[in-house]
Amino acid sequence: MFEIGLAHYLSVAAVLFTLGVMGIFLNRKNVIIIMMSIELMLLAVNINFVAFSSYLNDLVGQVFAMFILTVAAAEAAIGLAIVVVFFRNRGSIAVEEISQLKG
Amino acid sequence: MFTALIFYMFASIAIASGVMVISSRNPVHSVLWLILAFFNAAGLFLLLGAEFLAMVLVIVYVGAVAVLFLFVVMMLDINMVELREGFLQYLPTGALIGVVLLVELLAMFGGWAFAPDIDALIKAPTPTLDQASNTVALGKIIYTNYVYLFQASGLVLLVAMIGTILLTHRKRTGVRKQVVADQVNRSTSSVELRKVQTGRGI
Repeated sequence: MFEIGLAHYLSVAAVLFTLGVMGIFLNRKNVIIIMMSIELMLLAVNINFVAFSSYLNDLVGQVFAMFILTVAAAEAAIGLAIVVVFFRNRGSIAVEEISQLKG
Repeated sequence: MFTALIFYMFASIAIASGVMVISSRNPVHSVLWLILAFFNAAGLFLLLGAEFLAMVLVIVYVGAVAVLFLFVVMMLDINMVELREGFLQYLPTGALIGVVLLVELLAMFGGWAFAPDIDALIKAPTPTLDQASNTVALGKIIYTNYVYLFQASGLVLLVAMIGTILLTHRKRTGVRKQVVADQVNRSTSSVELRKVQTGRGI
């Protein structure tokens, strides 16, 4: 209980990942909360990477965690830009209406 | 013992704020809970000895991504009541899927083991603290072994920046702007010079 091992960190990451997945299901209409849930899932993956990196004494895990961070930042920026453009056109960010974007 | 207490504090606050992110009514509150979750994840990273990543998490996520979310949430005039519709309707499905996923993940942790030749597979062994700090060690392998990936991630950020500007930039109608090229290209025939006598108008 008081000896913190790899499994503890993996459990925290698993719970956070599950919360992210649940967030997508619970807030099906709000794109912004869905994107926040995706950020939570990426954070959980990062915790996994860093935990393994620390317990195996291998720095590569931290390098890849950093690349995930980069991609997550780019994804958030592009996603929010799309949300802003969509809101300008439709006056709403409801997910059901986004299907109207198809040609 | 002390480390364990710190770990449980960070972990429980991170999970609790994760719950609040997906369940709070106001998206502004969601963003603020997300920031708290990131802070506590950074604390977990510190406990794991990844100091550089912890600081990057605080700077990049809290300083940039979360503030970006906050800006967008506050700029868009969203009808929240409408968007909250169906939360309770989706709750059973979401909870079921969440529980199944969590049970599967935790069951996996009970049954796995490291490969027997794991020590031979380690690519970049972490140096001890008297050899190099975490940041120095990371820098030494990012700029040598992983330089192509590093450049590629820079390219990803560049593409994201160009895409974002391209998407959100718009030409406003009804705004008069100075266009230097038009002014320079005016033909001389459109301008007429007249002598005006002193004391009189035209």
